[in-house]
Amino acid sequence: MTHQPTIPRTTPRPSSIFDDYTLSEIRRAAATGVYDIRGAGAKRPMPHFDDLLFLGASMSRYPLEGYREACNTAVTLGDRFAEKPIELKIPITIAGMSFGSLSAQAKEALGRGASAMGTSTTTGDGGMTPEERGHSTLLVYQYLPSRYGMNPDDLRKADAIEVVVGQGAKPGGGGMLLGQKITERVAEMRTLPQGVDQRSACRHPDWTGPDDLEIKIHELREITGGHVPIYAKIGASRPYFDTALAIKAGADVVVLDGMQGGTAATQEVFIEHVGIPTLACIRPAVQALIDADMHRKVQLVVSGGIRNGADVAKCLALGADAVSIGTAALVALGDNDPRWEEDYQALGSTAGCYDDWHEGNDPAGITTQDPVLSQRLDPEAAGRRLANFLAVMTLECQTIARANGKSDVRNLEPEDLVALTVESAAMAKVPLAGTDWIPGQGGY
Amino acid sequence: MCGIVGLYAKKPAFREKLGAHLAAMLVEMSDRGPDSAGVALYRAPSEAGANKLVLHAAEGSIDWQGLSQAMGTAFGEQAELSLRGSHAVVTIKAPLTALRAWLVEHYPQARIVSAGEIIEIFKEKGHPREVVKQFGLEGLSGSHGLGHTRMATESAVTTEHSHPFSTGRDLCLVHNGSLSNHNRLRARLKKAGVEIQTDNDSEVAAGYLAWRLAEGDSLNQALERGIGELDGFYTFAVGTKEGFAVLRDPIACKHAVLAETDDWVAMATEYRAIAPLPGAESAEIWEPEPGRVYVWGG
Amino acid sequence: MIEIDLAQTPLRQANRRLQQVAPDSNERSFVIRNPQGAHAVAAGLTDPIEVTVEGHVGFYCAGMNKEAEVKVIGHAGVGLAENMMSGRVQVTGNASESAGATGHGGLLVIAGDTSSRCGISMKGIDIVVGGSVGHMSAFMGQAGCLAVLGDAGPSLGDSLYEARLYVRGRVASLGADCKEKEMTQHHLEKLGRLLDRAKVSANPRDFRRYGSARQLYNFKIDNIGSY
Repeated sequence: MTHQPTIPRTTPRPSSIFDDYTLSEIRRAAATGVYDIRGAGAKRPMPHFDDLLFLGASMSRYPLEGYREACNTAVTLGDRFAEKPIELKIPITIAGMSFGSLSAQAKEALGRGASAMGTSTTTGDGGMTPEERGHSTLLVYQYLPSRYGMNPDDLRKADAIEVVVGQGAKPGGGGMLLGQKITERVAEMRTLPQGVDQRSACRHPDWTGPDDLEIKIHELREITGGHVPIYAKIGASRPYFDTALAIKAGADVVVLDGMQGGTAATQEVFIEHVGIPTLACIRPAVQALIDADMHRKVQLVVSGGIRNGADVAKCLALGADAVSIGTAALVALGDNDPRWEEDYQALGSTAGCYDDWHEGNDPAGITTQDPVLSQRLDPEAAGRRLANFLAVMTLECQTIARANGKSDVRNLEPEDLVALTVESAAMAKVPLAGTDWIPGQGGY
Repeated sequence: MCGIVGLYAKKPAFREKLGAHLAAMLVEMSDRGPDSAGVALYRAPSEAGANKLVLHAAEGSIDWQGLSQAMGTAFGEQAELSLRGSHAVVTIKAPLTALRAWLVEHYPQARIVSAGEIIEIFKEKGHPREVVKQFGLEGLSGSHGLGHTRMATESAVTTEHSHPFSTGRDLCLVHNGSLSNHNRLRARLKKAGVEIQTDNDSEVAAGYLAWRLAEGDSLNQALERGIGELDGFYTFAVGTKEGFAVLRDPIACKHAVLAETDDWVAMATEYRAIAPLPGAESAEIWEPEPGRVYVWGG
Repeated sequence: MIEIDLAQTPLRQANRRLQQVAPDSNERSFVIRNPQGAHAVAAGLTDPIEVTVEGHVGFYCAGMNKEAEVKVIGHAGVGLAENMMSGRVQVTGNASESAGATGHGGLLVIAGDTSSRCGISMKGIDIVVGGSVGHMSAFMGQAGCLAVLGDAGPSLGDSLYEARLYVRGRVASLGADCKEKEMTQHHLEKLGRLLDRAKVSANPRDFRRYGSARQLYNFKIDNIGSY
């Protein structure tokens, strides 16, 4: 009997568009009938700061030594109109995150760490807690569409006010907090029934558009006597126009948050498919400031996926005055730490991937209101970790700045940078490494 | 984003100072519209068969006297000229299409800002206070007028991008708000033969109106249809030969206020633009309802 | 009675005067003249003083009011008494959009009509409107009471939480998750007390009560039509 030869099988071929994640998401949607909600920012690969490189020193540029060849990191925010601008010792602030989305211990840790390094923290979509005000030497108070907990006393206790038009994770979306995190205290602060899913407004209730924002900013100045700076925070979308309009509306500081910027909770499709990368929003925003003759007069703070001193240096080189961190700050506190791997696995995830922050089951005790879990975070120790991390980011930024011959980190400029890819070269408007080609400039 | 104002004289005695009152209203709207300003004044009707054109060109690039003389010679009629800042008002007894063609051929750098029997549109970059002075608005009379102060949102700050946009003979539009579907609509209108010069969303609204009117809609019908076809946030004020119309979108987030006395009807984005008018304290004041067309003067 | 003429005094100076009344001062009664539609008149007050504004005001009059009694003799613009914490704000004429927006407490009384979004996102403020309210009133209303003697425009109480709505006239349409509810003796008494406080004369029995159906409190796929 003849022996049939075995036919070689082709390798099983995964689809690049119907990949494992997409397949699991379709199954989940079919099972539940509800969109996927999660925290954190955009996770898929896109042009980011790793695509840019500094040139450093060589024959024509000379570096600074460390130590007494000082490299200044201090920044003043909000000296356009405010009587008392914000004086930061480092160009890195902590972005807005609410008590409610974060535990009280986490907010305290953020305050301790930021204050130790001479920088500011920011409240979130839930109002100001006394602990937060107590633990932060510089506190920025967010003014959001929901107005949860908003009141004139807290407004007057703030060192700055940040009018939130939107955030990078969801430009056009409002805050979201699900019932499991609406504890008694959170419910009381937000004037909501305990345990319900918070529905949030995406537009401000009493103004729409930059022309009316101007009148609103005027009102906030009347209420606070014009003492403190007013920031406008906008999700990265149309950065040139948004910056120009924020200036026209009378903001002292513009905060732009790229799509990698995190959120406590929103629809997955919002995070991954609306808003533009942080790298893409900086040059247009700076151009708007330059065109309005406001660069360095109205300061620009950039956030969304800032992870280390190199990212900080690159944002400053592209023209920003400071950066803000959210996700990185939480990781420094202990978010997604491998020590809780068993718990992450029980939740169907793994350390480094866990983003179901809306469920209130955070093993690290950070994005939760659960009294047992939140005890896992020691605010003092976590505050020290954050301070360490901020110190490292600052030292890294200074190292890079000195290597490029700068005695002030804000003297870093686009000409100190080159790009590794065509996309990042076009977005950052710096040449592809080893060439003088900037895509889109000079007609080619 | 912007401020819009409108003023309509109910009594002839109010017409003399209409320009002055409109100027005061416009300047009150400077904070919300610092980039540029424009007005459409309805005044000094030209005689039967004549057309009044307002022309604009870059500073010093056209000898207006020369232009009006050449035009007069070409059409065998006397051309009247008056200069207002960077604009020239030329009135001549000749058909509009022929005049347009002649200008394109002989003075291509001149832009027609408005055309009609009675309308005069002036608009420029700069602070409203300066623009008002430049055009001598305070000294002009008129039966009615619209004004606009601009805070440019998504398109550039240029003279061409300023409002009011002229959409046809004696017709114009000013807009406060932001349209969200104007790009596809612009392409549709261009295909239908409507001339659109800029990427400004408000110009699309003006073009849409002109298109519907040319297709035979009444002003009311055109605006009603616009509620369905124009998406986004808007308060429109439209100027016609006889009067003006106001329309707010159904969501109505952009504020608008109307006021009326025995002498005038006024419209503005904020009440403080109406406050300087004589008799404002005792005027009847109300807000236009969303999605409803209001028309004065026919 | 201390007079402040806004035609002579810069607004910031006027507001500062009103915001910095000493606790032992006898100067507790003010009249503001010539507002001419100015914005943020009497905003950010913190003391139990009386302020009367003669004329029409612009946006955000009495914004974030605490403790003070502000009376506007005229009409008010957008965001009247927005985010009020306590005290009393009264308007003899009409109020514009977003009257009493996000207010936490206090009483807002409007003799005339308001336009859209009256009491939007209200968080405890009480509002009494002698005339009618426009569309989307009490949108996302969380707490507090809105009583309307006239009619209510479309989508009343859209996405409502726990704010209580009473309307005497016609309701053009109800918003998502807002429904008519029974008027019990308890509600009649509550409404009666509110109308008394507002010094508005009307019979509670002529009103209908509206509140949250509470179906949107936790996401259910079958409610997809409401979103």
